[in-house]
Amino acid sequence: MSADEIRTSKVEELRVVHQPLPRHDQAEKIAGTTRYAGDLAFAGMLHARLVRSQVPSARLLRRDGSRALGVPGVVVVLFGEDVPNNEIRVDVPGQTVEVGALKATMQVLATERVRFHGEPIALVVAESEDALARACGLVEVEYEDLPVVSDPEEALREGAPAVHDTGNLLAEWNIDVGDVDAAFAAADVIVEGEYRTQFVDHAYLEPEAGVGWLDDDGVMNLRVATQVVEHYRDVARILGVADSKVRVIAPYLGGGFGGKEDMTVEPYLAIAVAHTRRPVRMQWTRNESLLARAKRHRNVMRYRTAAAADGTILAHDVEIVSDAGAYAYLSALVLLYSSVHACGPYRVDNARIRSKAAYTNNPPTSAFRGFGGMQVVLGYESQIDELATRLGVDPGELRKRNAIRRGDRLPVGQTIETEVLLAETIDAVRDRAGDPPRPSGPRKVVGRAIASNLQSYGRLVWLNDSAAAWVGYQMDGSLTVRCGVPDVGGGQASSLAQIASEVLGVDMDRISVHFGDSALTPLAGTTTATRQLLMSGNAVYEAAMLLKDQVLGAIAAETAQPVESLLLAPGGVASAGRTVPLAQALQVCRRRNVPIEALGTFFGPKGREVTRDLSGERIFPDFTFGTHLADVEVDLDTGQVRVLRYVAAHDVGRAINPKSVEGQIAGAAVQGIGQALLEEIVVEDGVNLTGGFFQYLIPTAADVPDIEVVVLESGEGLGPFGARGVGEPPIGPPLAAISSAIAAAVGARPTTLPITPERVLDAAARGGA
Amino acid sequence: MSADLTTTLVVNGRTVTRTAGAHLSLLRWLRDVADVLDPKYACGEGVCGACAVLVDGEPVSSCIVLAAQVDGARVTTAAGLTGPGGELSPLQRAFHEHHAAQCGFCTPGMLICATAMLADGMTRTRDEIRHELHGNLCRCTGYQQVVDAIEAAQGAAQGAAQGAAQGIPP
Repeated sequence: MSADEIRTSKVEELRVVHQPLPRHDQAEKIAGTTRYAGDLAFAGMLHARLVRSQVPSARLLRRDGSRALGVPGVVVVLFGEDVPNNEIRVDVPGQTVEVGALKATMQVLATERVRFHGEPIALVVAESEDALARACGLVEVEYEDLPVVSDPEEALREGAPAVHDTGNLLAEWNIDVGDVDAAFAAADVIVEGEYRTQFVDHAYLEPEAGVGWLDDDGVMNLRVATQVVEHYRDVARILGVADSKVRVIAPYLGGGFGGKEDMTVEPYLAIAVAHTRRPVRMQWTRNESLLARAKRHRNVMRYRTAAAADGTILAHDVEIVSDAGAYAYLSALVLLYSSVHACGPYRVDNARIRSKAAYTNNPPTSAFRGFGGMQVVLGYESQIDELATRLGVDPGELRKRNAIRRGDRLPVGQTIETEVLLAETIDAVRDRAGDPPRPSGPRKVVGRAIASNLQSYGRLVWLNDSAAAWVGYQMDGSLTVRCGVPDVGGGQASSLAQIASEVLGVDMDRISVHFGDSALTPLAGTTTATRQLLMSGNAVYEAAMLLKDQVLGAIAAETAQPVESLLLAPGGVASAGRTVPLAQALQVCRRRNVPIEALGTFFGPKGREVTRDLSGERIFPDFTFGTHLADVEVDLDTGQVRVLRYVAAHDVGRAINPKSVEGQIAGAAVQGIGQALLEEIVVEDGVNLTGGFFQYLIPTAADVPDIEVVVLESGEGLGPFGARGVGEPPIGPPLAAISSAIAAAVGARPTTLPITPERVLDAAARGGA
Repeated sequence: MSADLTTTLVVNGRTVTRTAGAHLSLLRWLRDVADVLDPKYACGEGVCGACAVLVDGEPVSSCIVLAAQVDGARVTTAAGLTGPGGELSPLQRAFHEHHAAQCGFCTPGMLICATAMLADGMTRTRDEIRHELHGNLCRCTGYQQVVDAIEAAQGAAQGAAQGAAQGIPP
C-alpha cells in the first residue's frame, strides 16, 4: 500500500465507517469499571515518590536519605548513583550545520546540579503512602544556589548564566524563500506585531501514574499512563538490560494531549522495582504534575507582513524565540513545527523565518497538542486581521484571496498535494453563525472574528514512520485486532474496530481490540502528532484487506468461482445467489492451509533528513485545514470576556466516526479558549508558583458556550477511507479567533496570552472603547 | 499520622466496615481500603469533581471529606448507578449514546453530579446545565457532548414521567 495513495470512499457505500456509533470503550468508562494506570494493585505492592528540587538552579552539596530510611515502612531511598545508566537521551538530527548534532541528556535523578524547580533528586520507596509522605520530607538536600535565567531572550545574550555547559541555544531553524527585502520594498502596506504566548499545562484529569512488576521471566513490566509504549527501549537503556527485557503496557489513558509523550513515571518505577524486586506503584500528585512535567512552550513571535493593495500577501518576516526550559525534551522538534507552520494556510512567495529555542531555568517544555504549530496561529492570524483592517477588506475575503489550494507550495517548500477546503470552512462558519450578536447592556461591547489554520498530521517524513496491526478471525467468526496504539481517550481503539468491521463485515460488538502493549501487540508507534488514524488506521485497513483477500481466495478455490464474483458481507462470503456462512468459510481456510489472520504494516511517506536551514523539502505527510468563528462580549468596566458563540469547521477528509470527530473538535476548541483567556503556569525567577487546580484555571462548562462543529469532508486525506487527522488541528484557531474578536469589540488588539481582564482593559484603553 | 478508626459505610448498597487511619479522606478510604476504584483522584483539593460521590444522596468531593466524618452514611459512586446485571442507567445510556466520555477519567464524577442535578425532576436549559456542572472539570470533551447527554436524559426522564402520568407503560 503506497503511503501517498488516497483511499477514497463513497459515503453511500460505507456500512460502519462514517456512522456515529457509540464507542465500545465508553460503556465501561461510564459504568465506572475501566481500570486506569493508577487503579491496578498487587499483593505486597510498594509505593514510590520523588523528592524534587525546591530551587530552580543549584549545585547539590549533600544528599542524605538516612533520616528518611528511619521512618517505619521505608524500604529504600535511591539517588542517581543507584541508577545503572543515570541518563535520559534526546537525539535530534538536523542541528548539525553549525551548532553540532543535538545530543542532549538529562539525569534520571540529579546528582550534582539541578536546573529547574521540581527536578527529581531522590526516589523513596515504602510500604505505604503514609510512610512515603513522612519520609520524603526527611530526605536532606543541601543546595548551593546558582544564578537563574528565566527569560529565553535574556538566556541567549552574551554573559547570561549558562544552564548547560554547551550554551543556552538549544536549537534553531531557518526558512528562506524568495526575496523578502524586495517584497517589503514593493509593498503597499506593512503590518508589524509582537505576540506572546504563555506556559500552558496539559491538565488532563488523570495525573501521571503506573504500576511496575517483574514477571516470571525477569521481564520488567510497566503498566503506565503513556502515549508511547516504545519507551520500553529508553527504560532498558537506563536499567542496562536488553530491550526484550522491558515491557510497557498502556491501559486506557485519562487524557494525554502530549503530556504523556515523554516518560514520566516509567524510569522511576523501573528503578524501584529493580531494586526491591517487588511490585511498585507511583502516582504523581496534581502539584507534582503542575510543578515538574513539561509544559507548552511560551513563545515570543515577531511578525512583519507585507501585502499589496489588493490584499495579496507578499512576504512574512518572522522571528520566534521559544522557551525550552531546563532540558531539551522535544523542544527542537516543537520549534521546527512552529517554523514550518509560521505563515499559516496561505500562499506566501517570500518568507524569512528565524526561530530559536533557548534553555532557561524554567520548567522544561515539550509536546502539547498542536506541538508548536498552534502558537503561531496567534501570530499569523492576528497579522491577517490587522491587514484586513488596514486595507478595509473583509477578513474572510482577504483569507480566501490568499488561501492555499492544491498544488501550492508552503514557504518551507512542501507542495500541498491533496484537496484543500479552506475557503469552504470560512464560508461554513459564517453561514452557521448568521447575524452578529448585540451587546446585552450599555457598558458591554461585542466583537466577531474568524481564524483559519493548517496543522500537520503524521510525523515528520524523515522519521520513517511505520505502524503494524494484526487482525485475526476466531473460529466462531468474531474478530481480534492487535495493535500497539495507546488509546488516550480519543477513541483510537474504537476507530480501529470500525475500520476492521467495515472491511470484514464483522459486527462491532464481535470485535475486540487489544492495544498498547509493547510485548504482545505489534508496535504502532506513538499516539502523538495526530498520527494514529493515519498510521494505525491504515495498518488495520491493510491487515483487514489482506485477510479479506485470503478468505475470498480460499472460497474461490473451494467453489471454483472467480474471486471477483465473491463478496465478504456481514454473515459470510456471498456469491451469486448464495452465502457461505463465515464459520464455514473459516473451516475452508483451515482445510486449505490459508491463514485466518494477517499482519499489516503501513509505512508513512518518506523524506530526506532536514538540516537547520529548511528549504525545498517535504516535511510532513499532509495537513488539516479549518476555520473558527468567535463572538465575544466584553464588559468595559470589569474586563470580563464572555464567549457568546463559537463555531468550528474543519475539512476532516472523511469522518470515520462523526461523533468522535465532533468530540475532538469541541474539546480542542475549548482547550484553545482556555489558553486564550484563562490558563497560565506562572513562573517567577524559575520558581513555579502554580500549585494546584485552584490556581490553574481550565475552562468549566459554565465558561464556554456550545461549540458548534461543522464537519466538511473532501475525502482527500491520507488515512483510511480518505480521512485526515483531526486530534490537534482545532486547538490553534481559538487563540486568534478570541483575541481578534476582543480586538473587534474594543478597538485594539490584546497580543499577550492569557487575555486576562487587565489585558482586556488595557486593550480597551488603547482602542478608545 | 493518626490512630486507626473503624468506619462503616453502605457503598453502592453493600455494607463495608474497615479499620484504617482516621486521617484518610473518603476518597482514599474508598480507593485504597475498600477497593472502590471508580471515584478518581485528580486535584486533591475539591476543585475538579473527579472524586464526587453521593453521600446520603448529596454530591460530595470525597477528597476533602474524611471517611470518619461520614461514618454510617450511604455512599453511591458511578458504578452504583448501574443495575444489578451491570446495565447502564438511563443517564449512563445517554452519556454512551452522546459520546459524553472521551478519556472517561472525569466521567464517574460527572455522572454523580448529573444524577444529583436531575433528581428534582426539573427541566433545565443548556445554560442551566452548564452552570450546575461547573464543579466538574473535563479536559477532553469541551463539555459539548456531556451537556447533550444530560439534556437528552432529562428529556427522556420527563417523557417517561409524563407517560407514567398518562398510564403509558415505560
